[in-house]
Amino acid sequence: MQGSTADTETMMNVAGTTAVDHHADHPDFRIFGLIMFLIAESMIFLGLFAAYLTFRAVSTLPEDQMPELELLLPGINTMILISSSFIIHQAEDSIKENDIKGVQKWFGISALLGIIFLGGQVFEYSNLDFGLTDNIFASTFYLLTGFHGLHVLVGVLTILAVLWRSREEGHYSEESKFGIEAAELYWHFVDVVWIILFILLYLL
Amino acid sequence: MTQTVQENLPGSSPPPAHGHHKPTTWKTYFTFCEDHKVIGIQYLVTSFIFYLIGGALAVGVRAELATPQVDVVSRELYNQLFTVHATVMIFLWIVPAGTGAFGNYLLPLMIGARDMAFPKLNAVAFWMIPPAGILLIGSFLVEAPASGWTSYPPLSLVSGQFGEMCWILSLLILGTSSILGAINFSTTILKMRRPGLQLTQMPLFCWAMLAASALMLISTPVLAGAMILLSFDLIVGTNFFNPAGGGEPVVYQHMFWFYSHPAVYIMILPVFGMISDILPVHARKPIFGYKAIAYSSLAISFLGLIVWAHHMFTSGTPPWLRMFFMVATMIIAVPTGIKVFSWVATIWGGKLRLNSAMLFSMGFVSMFVVGGLSGVMVASVPFDIHVHDTYFIVAHLHYVLFGGSVFGLYAGIYHWYPKMTGRMMSELWGKIHFVLTFIGFNLCFMPMHWLGLQGMPRRVAEYDPQFATVNLICSIGSFILAISTIPFVVNAVWCWVKGEKAPSNPWNAISLEWQTESPPIPTNWEGDPPLITDPYAYGLKPGRKAIGAIRGSDLWAAKP
Repeated sequence: MQGSTADTETMMNVAGTTAVDHHADHPDFRIFGLIMFLIAESMIFLGLFAAYLTFRAVSTLPEDQMPELELLLPGINTMILISSSFIIHQAEDSIKENDIKGVQKWFGISALLGIIFLGGQVFEYSNLDFGLTDNIFASTFYLLTGFHGLHVLVGVLTILAVLWRSREEGHYSEESKFGIEAAELYWHFVDVVWIILFILLYLL
Repeated sequence: MTQTVQENLPGSSPPPAHGHHKPTTWKTYFTFCEDHKVIGIQYLVTSFIFYLIGGALAVGVRAELATPQVDVVSRELYNQLFTVHATVMIFLWIVPAGTGAFGNYLLPLMIGARDMAFPKLNAVAFWMIPPAGILLIGSFLVEAPASGWTSYPPLSLVSGQFGEMCWILSLLILGTSSILGAINFSTTILKMRRPGLQLTQMPLFCWAMLAASALMLISTPVLAGAMILLSFDLIVGTNFFNPAGGGEPVVYQHMFWFYSHPAVYIMILPVFGMISDILPVHARKPIFGYKAIAYSSLAISFLGLIVWAHHMFTSGTPPWLRMFFMVATMIIAVPTGIKVFSWVATIWGGKLRLNSAMLFSMGFVSMFVVGGLSGVMVASVPFDIHVHDTYFIVAHLHYVLFGGSVFGLYAGIYHWYPKMTGRMMSELWGKIHFVLTFIGFNLCFMPMHWLGLQGMPRRVAEYDPQFATVNLICSIGSFILAISTIPFVVNAVWCWVKGEKAPSNPWNAISLEWQTESPPIPTNWEGDPPLITDPYAYGLKPGRKAIGAIRGSDLWAAKP
């Protein structure tokens, strides 16, 4: 970021923040902004869930045409995602002690678990005996899990981006940890959405 | 109560070194600029250009309807014209102008901030709009969307895949832009206020923007969900909304209106806020019922989220659900009525300055009341079933969106033009503009109430000859309306270049945006912005309480 002149540097100290340039004259509100964004995100999922439930309520599809879903693999996947949420939370404690190595460890494991989750989902897709356009439930199943999978992918990429940036000495510290917090918050969000989705699609 | 408090605000002394702020020239407006004032004007000019395009499409629609036969354009083109007209007017003119333009320009100035909370995100949100607009309007070159701005399936699944996809993509981009804007507005209002400025001391426009931002955040994503499902139906061949394949088209209607009804309030709330700020200035009286107006914006925001199915009374909605949505819809008349009565009480007995901004503001109040009253009529299920999909609806929606939003946007432009450009607009041409707009508008849309009650359906290129005369009157009105924009555009462009130089506070207004230069310097204020705790303290009498301190019990305590 250009423009970090000596003046800006002084101001950063005044404002007690290490944010860049135009953020210099006020505290860092990016986490607040991210929460606003996640409210919007959850409304997309809420809309799609509501659509799914309505389809279920009004559908006249015979029982024997309803898609059959195995529980074992998605069950394991659910455990993976939930545990990854606890693991990524450890990074928060690490950064409080300025322990970048710790952050890298916990973020690395979380990214790996996310990738395993995605692999599991691809494996599940390839073994299902119904396709995207077979009937309305097949379509909703693929759309909901796929849309969530897209979010997992974005989450993994965010975590990897934080890992990449953390190579630079002093990029993240106790005071400057937006990237770490944001990746973690987003990951928790993706996790919570999956739990709801799992209950709706697989258990109900 | 104006008081300037010199305290050590974080980062404001010494004045911030915004290294990236170059002097603003006309070229700046074509760049990815992060200054909220530049972005506000970018929004305003861009959306106004789209307004002119949307207006041209409307003239095409009215030219076709001037006679009962299909003569000027083909039926297919007619469908495309009214579809793109509505989409442009809603998504590319009123929403970006009301929230994007005035929200960006005014919010930081009104709350004493140097910029929005996320300036880069702000610029990104703006620069999504031109490509989305070009995509939508450019679709005419191949095949424009033709299933109405509601795009109900199954009609939208069979009316042309290319145009429909252009429409969906355009809306997805515009919706994203709108959500990013809302993140910025809400964070700015809640977090960026000058230290010492409380929520109940903000100008009412800020309250209105807070309420509108909440709606944008909560409802726009659901539209995106509907768009995703619809595009799968169109391209991949799924059957979410296609009854032929076991889908349920009514689910689309629910998702669509869950956004598109709140969208009405996204379009009108910022204008409510602007009117609440313009009337006291030109009536030289304090706003009547500050808190009532502020909280009624929030009430409208909340109620706006739970009334969407009143658009679907004829879609097989069960009676108990109709009853709920009918009652909820009618309740919205209460907070809206609170605002209207407060505005009337504000100008009551004031020393009115009948300039262009004031004329459009009063035009807004009177025309919006007509639209609001027909809104209560169509909220009632038995009446709605009779007039559903007739010209009564067309009349109603234009009284709230044109008589409401557009009159209000014009008022806002006349009022804040000196601040934005540093020049005054011609009052004479402003008044000519107002008279032409007022006559053209009422000539065009008032007779449509009658057409609708007589049963003329909307969205048809040809109609029963018994409606010919009235339709001709409507068309003449629309042509006057089209002509009325000429004096405005000439006035706005001419005065920007050659107009009389504006002082920093030409209207002797109290609110914070007028307490700096016209146009404001890049950092908005030299040093700290003043703390203005009562932006409506006009005609102040000694001992009058600040707006934030007024309680209901003061009504009883006050001597007559």
